[in-house]
Amino acid sequence: MRKLIGIILLTIIAAGISLSLKEIPFGIPKTIIGNHFINKGIEETGAINIVTSVVVGYRSFDTLGEITVLFTAAIGLGALFSLYKNKKTVIYKEPASLIVYTGCRFLFPIIVLTGIYIIIHGHLTPGGGFQGGAIIASAFLLMYLGCTGKRINYKLSTIAEAVGGLTFITLGIVGLITGKDFLFNFISKGEPASLMSAGIIPLIYMAIGLKVGSELTGIIDNLIEKSQ
Amino acid sequence: MEIIVTILILLMIVSAIAALVFKDLISAIIASCIVSLIAAILFYFLQAPDVAMAEAAIGAALVTGIFIIAVKKTKRFEE
Repeated sequence: MRKLIGIILLTIIAAGISLSLKEIPFGIPKTIIGNHFINKGIEETGAINIVTSVVVGYRSFDTLGEITVLFTAAIGLGALFSLYKNKKTVIYKEPASLIVYTGCRFLFPIIVLTGIYIIIHGHLTPGGGFQGGAIIASAFLLMYLGCTGKRINYKLSTIAEAVGGLTFITLGIVGLITGKDFLFNFISKGEPASLMSAGIIPLIYMAIGLKVGSELTGIIDNLIEKSQ
Repeated sequence: MEIIVTILILLMIVSAIAALVFKDLISAIIASCIVSLIAAILFYFLQAPDVAMAEAAIGAALVTGIFIIAVKKTKRFEE
């Protein structure tokens, strides 16, 4: 009976969503601000990836808020697990097989390199700090699952996180001093479509990548080591 | 193109139902991972590669890993 009610409710919700989406024409630019981002985005921010020019150019203050949300979530998880006081850290007793171990060690640098590439080319190609940081964290997850017994360096991870957050805030305040607003793009935009372009956007994305990567790795580390 | 997208959406629905039906939780996790992966492919077809990358990295890799850790620390089979 409960399953039947659930299925009926789900069907009603699906019908409602599909009927409401039917009214909206797909892929047609309608808003003035959307057209402005598409037409003027490259010359105003210098980033040829329009998504990046919105996320880190026009709306970088919102991105700072997003980073803060992730930071708060990581702190909350750490605080929750610190309540347990589980002194004896549980590490899986059974070691992974030789093939898995060697494969993980072989893949780890390649995945990290891909993440760094995506972070650095955030203003040129799709991707950026969040995606690259998540890829780097998934490389560490692979190490945790495949190579048992290996752990991250807590001090280094904390320093990376702090440097990422501080760089973001410092760039914002320098923009406030030299230019007009918080997170003002004070470095020259350079030639579009080159690696050294778009002013502070690549620097902010590197800071975001460091922060997201170390935070997500810290979350995984907490889940693996502390919980039982 | 239309046919490929239709097949992918059908596959997505099948694996979403499979994730609910499976009693073995590792199989259910892999099925939900397939849902995320196909969602990433569909985002790419809709010309949103940024979202596709985030979906593939977080939805398919990190969430699957965290669920596997959770299953490893509890029980593998649903009662």
